[in-house]
Amino acid sequence: MSDRTARALVLALAILLVAGLVLPKWAISLAIISLGKGLVVLGMMLLMRTGLVSFGQGLYYAVGAYAVGILNQVYKFSDAMLMVAAGALAAALIALVLGALLAGYRAIFFAMLTLAFSMILYGLLVKSSALGSTDGFNVDARTLAGIPMGGGASYTLYAFASIAAFLGAWGLHRYQGSLLGRIAPAIRDNELRVEYLGASVRAVVLLNYVIAAVLSGAGGAIVALAVGHIDPEMAYWTTSGEFVFVAILAGTGSVAAPFLGSALFEAIRTVAYQYSPYTWQMVLGAAMLAVIMFLPSGLWSLFERRRARP
Amino acid sequence: MDQLAAVLVDGVIYSSWLFIIALGLTLIYGVMRILNLAHGSLYALGAYVAASLVGAWFANGYPPMGSYALLPAAAVIVGLVAGPLIERGVLRFLYGKDEIVLVLVTYALFLILEDLIKLVWGVESYVISEPYGLLGSFELAGLPYPVYNLVLVAAALVIGAALTWVLQGTRAGKLLVAVIHDREMGAALGINVSRMYLVTFTAGTMLAAVGGALTAPTVSVLPAMGVEVIVLAFAVVVIGGLGSLPGAALGALIVGLVRSASVHYLPQYELFSIYLVMALVLLARPKGLFAGVEARKI
Repeated sequence: MSDRTARALVLALAILLVAGLVLPKWAISLAIISLGKGLVVLGMMLLMRTGLVSFGQGLYYAVGAYAVGILNQVYKFSDAMLMVAAGALAAALIALVLGALLAGYRAIFFAMLTLAFSMILYGLLVKSSALGSTDGFNVDARTLAGIPMGGGASYTLYAFASIAAFLGAWGLHRYQGSLLGRIAPAIRDNELRVEYLGASVRAVVLLNYVIAAVLSGAGGAIVALAVGHIDPEMAYWTTSGEFVFVAILAGTGSVAAPFLGSALFEAIRTVAYQYSPYTWQMVLGAAMLAVIMFLPSGLWSLFERRRARP
Repeated sequence: MDQLAAVLVDGVIYSSWLFIIALGLTLIYGVMRILNLAHGSLYALGAYVAASLVGAWFANGYPPMGSYALLPAAAVIVGLVAGPLIERGVLRFLYGKDEIVLVLVTYALFLILEDLIKLVWGVESYVISEPYGLLGSFELAGLPYPVYNLVLVAAALVIGAALTWVLQGTRAGKLLVAVIHDREMGAALGINVSRMYLVTFTAGTMLAAVGGALTAPTVSVLPAMGVEVIVLAFAVVVIGGLGSLPGAALGALIVGLVRSASVHYLPQYELFSIYLVMALVLLARPKGLFAGVEARKI
């Protein structure tokens, strides 16, 4: 199989890196946030392919961000790359523990329990005055892998986020094509049969959960660096809901869809919030209803359908 | 000793409130298998309508005691308008889909309702403290308690008893129980399932709204109130077992007592404690304390 997706991803990365040189600062900032959140949605997509919807990815998003914040504020780390790696690692460790507990749950019970876990973190963060309580605190990174970077909306961070997104998307694409990765849709279709065929559903669910958490942790860390501020709201259930929203909108058709979805979402949010702060959510909700009712496979299915025709 | 008494009294009051807001959620799930994320918004809607009605009542100088009748009236209005609108307008097209898809649908409804509330009522707060203060307060273990809290407890008992009676003592309720057990068989026996769903969703909406209406006098009514309530109601319902009436009562009691104990002894961990209990119960009994056994389908 000639890998069209991999080639398209390389092309997308090249375009991103070149475009970043001419984009204005606000667009760079918006793009980094979209890429970071896109990583979270990418993880969500993997879970959805496994037949699981998590209403608590905000947990790992916040863990990644707070790992950055704590390393930066308390331990005076200032290298962005190290901090993102630490965020992903922290998310992985927590996901290993929680994932072992969650692996036996499906459908709404999985959704509710993930929600409960993320609300526990929210409750803790709100009450911990050492971590800035409800206000959160500022994050300030100075270098990236040794290269000095100026502020959150710098080309350096943008390039890093682009490469991270590329690696995430490409890695997930490879994983989904592998034998292990192909078990996920089988679990969604009928997990009892998967068990009869000799694969461990539990292990695959745990693995996918951890991968999703790592992607969310890295995404949260990148967003924290780009925004320069973190607060407990990142672990609140509405944040997780936003990720679910984008994932539904994007569908599970392609690894590029989460990034396009979250870029679209961030752009709409920025514009809509400026012009009609009280109706933009309503528009989003209506759009989501429309997608669920008329495009059950997400917006990506529009492209797919056109390509399928001769 | 005094503190223990305070914990218990606070706990019971808080539990009553939780029970009222959780009932509608568990009823709708039990009958329709829809975990309604818009429940909190319907609760907020009830609070806003009650705030508007009571505000207008006092602005016109009507007898203050009459304002109590407006609280359930607000709930009935919200239930009769929003319930059928949502059920007939959106949900009925989606029955038979995956439970998780329906959760996402109600999440979309939640987004829509949140903004609808902001559009109609704006973002400033509404305060209608008159019904709260009107009844005075009583003293217990050295602490003053507003009598209105007893109204909450009484309301919880009355609503819970009424719902139990409807489900177990009336023909319509028994038909509903039959639909819960087997929707297709119920339909085959001539039960109008689609009407059952309409009535259930309307009743569930009304229950959410009555929770909001009864809460309105005790807080300032703000757009964010629905978002907070929804996860609390989930915790209660999930602990008890989704779709179970006694489960909701037990869940409310557990969450209420845990929260009040934590407020008194470990105020730092108030919010944390509730979700911790929920997570622990779910880990021990994945489907909640009162859930039945389900057959695995191959």
